[in-house]
Amino acid sequence: MNQRLVYITPIIVALGLGMILFTAIGNDPTRLETARLNDPVPNFSLQDLDTPKTLHTQDALRGKVRLLNVWATWCPSCKAEHPYLQSLADQGVAIVGLNYKDDRQDALKWLQQLGNPYEFNIYDPKGQLGFDLGVYGAPETYVIDARGLVRYRHVGEVNQRVWDDKFADLMKSLQQEAAALKGLTEGDNNV
Amino acid sequence: MFSVKRRARALMQSAIVAAAAMLIGFSALASIDVYEFASEEQRAQYRELTRELRCPKCQNQDIADSNAPIAQDMRAAVHRLVQEGKNHEEIVAHMVERFGDFVSYKPKVSTETYLLWYGPWLFLGLGLVVIGVLGKRRAAAKAAAATETLSDAEQAKLQQLLARHETRSEDTNKP
Repeated sequence: MNQRLVYITPIIVALGLGMILFTAIGNDPTRLETARLNDPVPNFSLQDLDTPKTLHTQDALRGKVRLLNVWATWCPSCKAEHPYLQSLADQGVAIVGLNYKDDRQDALKWLQQLGNPYEFNIYDPKGQLGFDLGVYGAPETYVIDARGLVRYRHVGEVNQRVWDDKFADLMKSLQQEAAALKGLTEGDNNV
Repeated sequence: MFSVKRRARALMQSAIVAAAAMLIGFSALASIDVYEFASEEQRAQYRELTRELRCPKCQNQDIADSNAPIAQDMRAAVHRLVQEGKNHEEIVAHMVERFGDFVSYKPKVSTETYLLWYGPWLFLGLGLVVIGVLGKRRAAAKAAAATETLSDAEQAKLQQLLARHETRSEDTNKP
């Protein structure tokens, strides 16, 4: 009895440890939780990249489902994901750019050369909105629903694989949600 | 014989070089931004906070120790909030609101962090229980070994017990 326990205990411990460690495989420790998940986009008031006279606030991110893409000309992965963002925009996905800690002229030149997939760009040279969102590196891509709530954040490059794995289903369900919301408010207007 | 001595000396030298390199490394990592404070308390508060807040980009470094852009931003924010007269908890909450619990080296006690805070005590307790059980078992084994030879009095008592047992079993065997 005692002897058997001596043999069985290490096996149980090893199996238990193995199971715990197995669940951790593929967990990227640099991928942090999204503190703002399901919270509204923090308040901000920042210039438009293209026309400095235009000020954007958090209200600009309401009304439909959008991606908020944090990018900068100093960020190599941003360049890598740019063509994919363009193809998303061509498919009709609304993308707003957050130009993060960048130079306005450099950024405008970049858009001229590489194409502009963005509905509009928020110019955030000091990274204020970035800081309030919890951005700790570019690129990052947020999904903002029609009510202006942060529903998802992806750190790193967006490409076809990431889109299929992480974004596609969520975007579909959020579009339905937005349509239902719209139907509701329109119904109210009719009454 | 000679080569062993030489090898030992070479090892010693490389150890000294490694230690020196580490020292240089540490001083190179130290942040160099200059902040003014209204009082020594605020300076102390800033110092404490930048040691307790963790850099989200270069993990396993506090923001005082890191030169990542995000750590610089966080130091600037800590400085601003300290100047505004915010207290320790408010500033940590400000960071956690943006970057999550990850950002604090002293996460608050909640249902999610119970294991983190009390796990070590749990394992210490389990270890003590195991030691206790093993100790008791060993003591019992020792006691058993000691009683293998019986004293005269014990022998007499044993005989008495056996005799009593025999008579009792005879009783029950009666039809």
